[in-house]
Amino acid sequence: MTGLIRPYGDTTGDGMVQLSFTLPIEHSKVAEGAAVQLANKMGMDPALVVHAKPMGEGFTFFVVYGRVNHLVDPSTVEVVERDYPLLTPKEANAAIKRSMRRRLVVVGGCIGTDAHTVGIDAILNIKGFAGEKGLEYYRELKVVNLGAQVSVPQLVEAAREEKADAVLVSQVVTQRDAHLLNTREMSAAFREAYPAAKRPLLVVGGPRFDETMADELGVDRVFSRGTTPGEVASFIVHRLTNRSAS
Amino acid sequence: MAATSRTPRSQLGIDRADVRRARTLARQVGKPIVDLATRHTTVSVERATLRLAGLGGADPDGTPWVNRLADAVRADVGLEHGVSLPVWDALARGEGDDLLVLAQKAAAGSVTFRVPEGKDATRARTASRRAVAAGITRIDRQRGARERMIAKVGDAPSKPWIYLIVATGDIHEDIPQAQAAAREGADVIAVIRSTGQSLLDFVPEGATREGFAGTYATQENFRLMRAALDETSKELGRYVRLTNYASGLCMPEIAALAGLERLDMMLNDSMYGILFRDINPVRTFVDQRFSRQVHARAGIIINTGEDNYLTTADAVEAAHTVTTSQLLNEYFAKEAGLEDWQLGLGHAFEIDPEVPDSFRLELAHAMLARELFPDAPLKWMPPTRHMTGDIFKGYLLDGFFNLVGAMTGQGILLVGMMTEAVVTPWISDRDLALQNVRYVMNAAGNLREDFHPAPDGFIATRAREVLGEAVGLLEQIKADRSVPGEPPLLSAIADGTFGLMKRPADKGKGLEGVAAKAAGYYNPATEILEGDQR
Repeated sequence: MTGLIRPYGDTTGDGMVQLSFTLPIEHSKVAEGAAVQLANKMGMDPALVVHAKPMGEGFTFFVVYGRVNHLVDPSTVEVVERDYPLLTPKEANAAIKRSMRRRLVVVGGCIGTDAHTVGIDAILNIKGFAGEKGLEYYRELKVVNLGAQVSVPQLVEAAREEKADAVLVSQVVTQRDAHLLNTREMSAAFREAYPAAKRPLLVVGGPRFDETMADELGVDRVFSRGTTPGEVASFIVHRLTNRSAS
Repeated sequence: MAATSRTPRSQLGIDRADVRRARTLARQVGKPIVDLATRHTTVSVERATLRLAGLGGADPDGTPWVNRLADAVRADVGLEHGVSLPVWDALARGEGDDLLVLAQKAAAGSVTFRVPEGKDATRARTASRRAVAAGITRIDRQRGARERMIAKVGDAPSKPWIYLIVATGDIHEDIPQAQAAAREGADVIAVIRSTGQSLLDFVPEGATREGFAGTYATQENFRLMRAALDETSKELGRYVRLTNYASGLCMPEIAALAGLERLDMMLNDSMYGILFRDINPVRTFVDQRFSRQVHARAGIIINTGEDNYLTTADAVEAAHTVTTSQLLNEYFAKEAGLEDWQLGLGHAFEIDPEVPDSFRLELAHAMLARELFPDAPLKWMPPTRHMTGDIFKGYLLDGFFNLVGAMTGQGILLVGMMTEAVVTPWISDRDLALQNVRYVMNAAGNLREDFHPAPDGFIATRAREVLGEAVGLLEQIKADRSVPGEPPLLSAIADGTFGLMKRPADKGKGLEGVAAKAAGYYNPATEILEGDQR
């Protein structure tokens, strides 16, 4: 682990950062002073207003450069590290074949009023994401993509009907914390509908999720921005093939 | 075609015979769909007709009276004759003083509808036509009001029109934001709809203050926003246009409300709902034709949704699907009575910036669209897929997007935000985005005069290649017989020709709202809209 660090502009230890923001005030010398004051309060000292521009009526936009006095300690940062091996599609298929002796069934969709299927499609559609093919490409995975605006009861029903081993839910819309509310509703419905040992693996993903929240949301895994199909497939295969082997 | 003859020589070395071939194929593929659409009606077409006749409002549970009335008629006599004859027959029989009373009584179950015959049918026909004609007259007056207002306060000063989005969920928050956006330079304001409205089989009622990632499209919200923008238009000395979405299950009703409340542009794609919202194909094509007839009458500019193809498919590989869809959208639009100036055909800047020559490819695709549709305004959509959260790179990408817009004479430019995929735009994001547009238009707006791609260069060759692929795809669609007896385009949609989305004609949302017309079907709105068009 590295020790304490501070931001780097062009010299080790200079602590330089840049910041932009808008204040609801007409542009004036006072406004620029107010911007410096804000930057100071945020720990930037000295702070230099390099750009100030009126925007709309009664607003001014600022770009501020300055030195921060804070130090950060990477050894105290908490993250969810990947606790499963990354598999190629070939390896994933082989693992499913070996331990399940049937195709692994994945049911996915966007729940609630969320109509943004980009996330679920990037993971499930054969087209995939970031150069990786989606789950439909995996021979040993049976993928049922329910698409957008699936209600929680519909999702549970489809999971039962398809005998889903894993359920993937994507949530893009985050207004009023809809993604969190929907996820909790979903996990509660699955807990109610299935005995604990039979419940499919529950995986949620979306750009605004916090990966540390899985327990709080009642799901097995939370994936955040930038997750690739291969990561999702590897996780599912890891958890399910180990479960049925044990 | 008159359009192509006006441009004597193609900058891209495109053979005019190829363009004619593409249009002929689009017509051959589209015609059976139009025939299918004329043989069917939908609950939403019928409800739109009732709205044109003046029925509005909702019951205490929020279900619109048009839904209550149409459902009651359907329960008694089915949908296949349309609702007009049974409804105006019931009025003539004294079942209600007006449509509202009739709807209330029908909802309470105290009216029995029948399909009138003989003299009764003639009487109902005449009365329904008179009632619906009043609504169409109101649409005509709104069109006249728009033209007068543009003549009086002035139009947007230059092309492309700057198109900005507001989306707070609360109409009373949207209004000051829209006015501020107009003052900052927007020529067109689009109010994004609440997520999920496209799948509601009714139009919510009244002014709404809650929505998800957008604001519900309602008649009252339309009226409030148009009135506010009229004020701002007078203040600024230029007419600020208002846009919403005629899409989803209530497409015809929203189109009617847009005409009645003088919206100026509507998003209205021929296949978007089928492919991206899993709405039944027949429902979509029937609804689309009616809504386009209304838009034609109302002088509304439609915006098609080709940009969406590129958000799910690769923008280089799928470039020809955009051209194909533009050609189909053009055919369906013109068949419904829309004119070239009303065709905001969509396309987008979505090629992966890591692809070598990505800018030249974008330019080739945009020039092709410009050359194929010289008199259409064209709607140019900014990058979204490759906006990663690196706002600095995104700002540069938006600059290149604007440059293609400047070089290809786009009619409508949706302003790209560097914070795309990060946050809903902040006041500073919008201002920076507009500075970007202004800089590029000011610096390179007239570059078109000097820029002529080499006839055998990369750009011209690529444009010809995309047109060739589009013709190939149209030929493939035309030959699709995978579902015997169905129009080839429906078969093609069913077997996943467009992206990976397979949408069979007997599946999808809203199918239960489709009915084949009976021999005595009558719809006064269609009669007026088609009668005056021919």
